[in-house]
Amino acid sequence: MSGFSSQELLAIFAMQGFAGVSFFSVLLLMALGLAIIYGQMRVINMAHGEFMVIGAYATYLCSITLGALPGMTDYYLFFAIPIAFGSAFLVGYIVELTLIRHLYHRPLDTLLATWGLALIMQQGFRSAFGAREVSVLVPDWLRGSYRPTMMIDIPLNGIAILVLTLLVTLGVWWFLYRSRWGLRVRCTTANRDMSGAVGINTKRVDRVTFALGCGIAGIAGAAFTTISSTGPTSGSLYIVDTFLVVVFGGAGSLVGTIASAFSIAQAQSLMEFFLGSSMAKVLTLLTVIGILLLRPEGLIASKVRR
Amino acid sequence: MTTTHTTLSHLRRFVMTGIVALPIALSISSHALSAPPTEEVNTTGLAVTDDTVHVGILHSLTGTMAISETGSVEAEQLAIEQINAQGGVLGRQIVPIIEDGASDWPTFADRTRKLLTQDNVPAIFGAWTSASRKAMLPVLERENGLLYYPTFYEGLEESPNVIYTGQEATQQILAGINWAWNEQGARTFYLIGSDYIWPRTSMKIARIHIEEVLGGEVLGEDYAPLGHTSFGSNINRIRLRKPDVIFAAVVGGSNVAWFRQLNAAGINADNQTLLTISVTEDEVLGIGGENVEGFYSSMKYFQSLDNENNAAFVEAFQERWGEDSVIGDVSQAAYLGPWLWKAGVEKAGSFDVDAVSAAMADIELTTAPEGYVKVHPNRHLWSKTRIGRWNEDGQATVVWESDLVEPNPFPEGYQ
Repeated sequence: MSGFSSQELLAIFAMQGFAGVSFFSVLLLMALGLAIIYGQMRVINMAHGEFMVIGAYATYLCSITLGALPGMTDYYLFFAIPIAFGSAFLVGYIVELTLIRHLYHRPLDTLLATWGLALIMQQGFRSAFGAREVSVLVPDWLRGSYRPTMMIDIPLNGIAILVLTLLVTLGVWWFLYRSRWGLRVRCTTANRDMSGAVGINTKRVDRVTFALGCGIAGIAGAAFTTISSTGPTSGSLYIVDTFLVVVFGGAGSLVGTIASAFSIAQAQSLMEFFLGSSMAKVLTLLTVIGILLLRPEGLIASKVRR
Repeated sequence: MTTTHTTLSHLRRFVMTGIVALPIALSISSHALSAPPTEEVNTTGLAVTDDTVHVGILHSLTGTMAISETGSVEAEQLAIEQINAQGGVLGRQIVPIIEDGASDWPTFADRTRKLLTQDNVPAIFGAWTSASRKAMLPVLERENGLLYYPTFYEGLEESPNVIYTGQEATQQILAGINWAWNEQGARTFYLIGSDYIWPRTSMKIARIHIEEVLGGEVLGEDYAPLGHTSFGSNINRIRLRKPDVIFAAVVGGSNVAWFRQLNAAGINADNQTLLTISVTEDEVLGIGGENVEGFYSSMKYFQSLDNENNAAFVEAFQERWGEDSVIGDVSQAAYLGPWLWKAGVEKAGSFDVDAVSAAMADIELTTAPEGYVKVHPNRHLWSKTRIGRWNEDGQATVVWESDLVEPNPFPEGYQ
């Protein structure tokens, strides 16, 4: 690294720091929905990626309808994100009602069933939207970069996703720890039978939690479609990273998920910078496996009575 | 009165039938005269009758690869329809049997076996990824089939059962790098690609050419896992090294993320030269023209090529498959498949695989949208390499064109 002025190194340091933070917000947004679902009812939702894709396609539809209206190109995303949330929430609700609720207490079967669901949904997307990847209209204010100095470029879409992730995380935190619904959810997680005994409708709690997790996946999909493109099988690209974050974080704890997303993102982007992407991925996976061997419960174990 | 009327109408009907039937009878007889008898042109039990010949089209219609392969299927169907409209091959209409490889390599092998042993097709137009071609190859060789393969690929292969209508690695890469070296004065390069066989082999060739043949410098070589969407760190690495040219072979969904993030990070054509071997009009559709504007692709074909063949081809394609359809390098190469096969069959005077395969060498096509092509004895095509500069509307302007480049799938010193 010789031959660089200290100013240049500082600029690279700042941009690299932001690359890590930006990757962190992407991972966290992906994992939040899955963490809620897995934490609450131990359902491993293999179709999580497809719920993201629902959100992404919803955004795409908004982009070609709302976004095409004069003067709306810059603002349609503000409508698209709630619509993405709503459509994924709705599909999640229906899936819980028709499929998942019959499979509680059979974790292996939910795994298979949701995987099958993922395949069905992929083919559904393909029939509805075609095999070609689509990309949405990216408004001008999301393009380009913010330049605090001549040498530092901070991508604007990275900042936008960071803000969105913070808002969603705050929302989830408020929902889980400050609302009546959250109290019921936490009760059900801690002790399902006892919760039922004191009058909590645990089935309804399950349904809403599952739908909420799917809805958040929808928001993630809406956000990612502005960075990458969306195709019928895009969901499968995200699923591995998502599981990694949830399992490493210690299933079911919000703080664990945040800590896990942060450490994986920082470690990986730092190694990427020095060693290249493929090696970084290998080393990240090895480290996670190593830590999970030592701490099978993940970074922060949730306190659950079984 | 009534009787006369009936007789008259009967007579009229008879005459009418005769008028209609006459040309048909004539055409059948002339057809029988021009088309050689089936037992002569088909000695190996292929799916050839007196007036039809069945061929296979085998691409992924579903799964991850469907996005890329759809264009090839469309181009092959168009070529077949055009050949049929001109009277077919040796007087026989081509009937395509379309099979789905489903983006799954064993399925490609399985469908190939079905096409060759049950349908007995004399030719298959298909495969896209190297993985699918490698899966089909043993079946093709055992059952003696003939494959026309359209994708630009890494080379290092030559089989009597395959005709490669796309470019092999050296045709695309060496010409591209020479252009950057001579026309852009580039001396330092940064190589980045997705992590699988095609980019890795391509970058190996690129590095040897840059370092050992030209005497330039490779400042870095980076591979991202397939599906990678966070290129922030890779971009910072590149920024630190300041290469004259970024030489890229990123594919699939990663491609979109790569170019969008490059732009978001303030790297664009104004301050950086970028040459890619993995972006055609099809990819730009997903990436968005504004994100690749001013960057360069090294390909043998661009939709905007200015010649009569191409104008007719683009018009026919858009008429058949929709006004807004775009045509990439591979679709054009796929379009050549049926035409080359037709030329081979006519030269051999037979549909038999061995005869056609032997006849393929030195076949020329002057009607190709890309211009003149010729089959090399190594079963790849002589072709020109072009450098296209992308515009915001998703089309490229050709800024440079090579002479005909000899295909060299086993480049000595580059392996």
